[in-house]
Amino acid sequence: MLRYAVSRLVELIPVFFLCLLLIFLIVHAAPGDPVLYLYGQHITTGEDLQRLRAQYGLDRPVAARFLVYLGGLARGDLGRSITTGHPVGQVIASRIGPTVLLMMSATVLAVGLGVLLGAVAARRPNSLTDSALMVLTLVGYSIPTFLLGLLLIMIFSLAFPLFPTFGMTTLGGNYAGLRQILDVLHHLILPAIVVAVWYLAVYARITRVSLIGALREPYIGTARAKGLSEWTVTFRHALRNALLPVLTNLGLQLGSMVTGAIVTETLFAWPGIGYLSYTALLQRDYPVLVGIFVISSICVLAANLLTDLAYALCDPRIRLQ
Amino acid sequence: MSGSARLLALPFLGILFVLSVLTPILPLPSPRAMTARPLQSPSAAHVFGTDDLGRDVFSRVLWGARISLVVGLASAAIATLVGTIVGALAGYAGGGLDRVLMRITDASLVLPTFVLILIVVAIFGANVSKVILIIGFTSWPQTARVARAEFLSLREREFVLAARSCGSSASRIVWRHLLPNALPPILVTATLRVGTAILTEASLGFLGASDPNAISWGQLLLNALQVMRDAWWTVAFPGLAISLTILALNSVGDMLAGRAVVPGQ
Repeated sequence: MLRYAVSRLVELIPVFFLCLLLIFLIVHAAPGDPVLYLYGQHITTGEDLQRLRAQYGLDRPVAARFLVYLGGLARGDLGRSITTGHPVGQVIASRIGPTVLLMMSATVLAVGLGVLLGAVAARRPNSLTDSALMVLTLVGYSIPTFLLGLLLIMIFSLAFPLFPTFGMTTLGGNYAGLRQILDVLHHLILPAIVVAVWYLAVYARITRVSLIGALREPYIGTARAKGLSEWTVTFRHALRNALLPVLTNLGLQLGSMVTGAIVTETLFAWPGIGYLSYTALLQRDYPVLVGIFVISSICVLAANLLTDLAYALCDPRIRLQ
Repeated sequence: MSGSARLLALPFLGILFVLSVLTPILPLPSPRAMTARPLQSPSAAHVFGTDDLGRDVFSRVLWGARISLVVGLASAAIATLVGTIVGALAGYAGGGLDRVLMRITDASLVLPTFVLILIVVAIFGANVSKVILIIGFTSWPQTARVARAEFLSLREREFVLAARSCGSSASRIVWRHLLPNALPPILVTATLRVGTAILTEASLGFLGASDPNAISWGQLLLNALQVMRDAWWTVAFPGLAISLTILALNSVGDMLAGRAVVPGQ
């Protein structure tokens, strides 16, 4: 097991390096001279230009600059924001909490409800309930995140003012304790639904297909023959095995969930990484965007590694390959 | 499942395609002409109403369809080409090359590519061809996986052995013998890529990060954000257009695959 974990980790590292190199080259290819951009008005002589370029290490070859960049990353230095001058690491760290909250809530909602709906649909394939649920999921994964957000805002905030549309807390509320938690939850509901729906639809479909398969297995016949209730057979015996594909997808979809979070946080002014990406984009603050990419990539790769390990724990055939 | 609804998918896409090709010669108000009274609800003169600047929403939705379809088809074509080449190399060559290519593919599959797209847009700006290139070159991994699986199973078949024993070169075997056989599943994935590309472009447009000079569905919805309280039609029609298009593309992909396809695969 440990050997499997280490080998997976070793495989990930070069890929991550490639990724960093790609990003570095993209930023390197950016038009314009960063020194002129920063000090353009104050530079009068070519000598000044040379001195500043040397000061920032811009006169060194690309490979050397990449190594310097990697060295900085290893020390947790992601550079500085172009617009505010704050260290990118700090800027991102201050925004990570709300995004984790949003994505965790969305994941719990998507997996919980998705698996449940998939299981209900799989109980009677091709029945009216099944067809209705499958049409619903088809709609759920075809509707763009931002449109769903707009619609929910139009219905639940404008037509029926039940939920707030802006931010994570009530402005000037200054709540504490339980009031504060309830206030955040109140703000969380709509954005969490918006992020969750696509995944909910996907998990419902995956669960349905794999549960239909599992219910055909001989051990289900055995369980039924023992006189177990249909409920126990479905949820305790079949569903446990049918959940593995959902687990795999959970890891795979995390990176794409970041996209959903960017759009949703922007729409609801949710103060997380996604909204930060949007403001950084507007200000063309690419060090912040690169930092977000690097950090979210690390998180996604780590989550995938964990998923692989969880999978290997559940299914011994994988680690013995 | 929902068989009758699926039958509508192809005609819908066909009509959308024809309409968007014909848009410039249709007798429509210019999508940029701010000549009508702003925020009119749908009427005979303006079937989808007008927006906050007095522009005809129907005309703008159709012009938006052109951008969406161009971006969707062109970037899906790039993704399919790149993905097929990578998948063919990995699947046919096998061994070390396969391992390296597949590790890169797997990582590209899970990484938050949308952030990468935002970085490129932030640095180089956006126009339609740049958006097509960025989306195309970030959405090939799924196709690569499908292509690899096909080539992997096809290369063991007798007809490949026969071709090899006749002295066919590796590249001839790959392109003339394997590719035609591997094409159907690759084309199914391509259908799904068109849908995701349209969605990605619309998300960019909604963030104001797509081509600022092009009229796109995402931008229409971004503009609608300001007036949605008073003018539901500015959200409803562009929203319906994009949702139905994605729904139709997903259904066609499902139908071609002949099974309950899981999106995002």
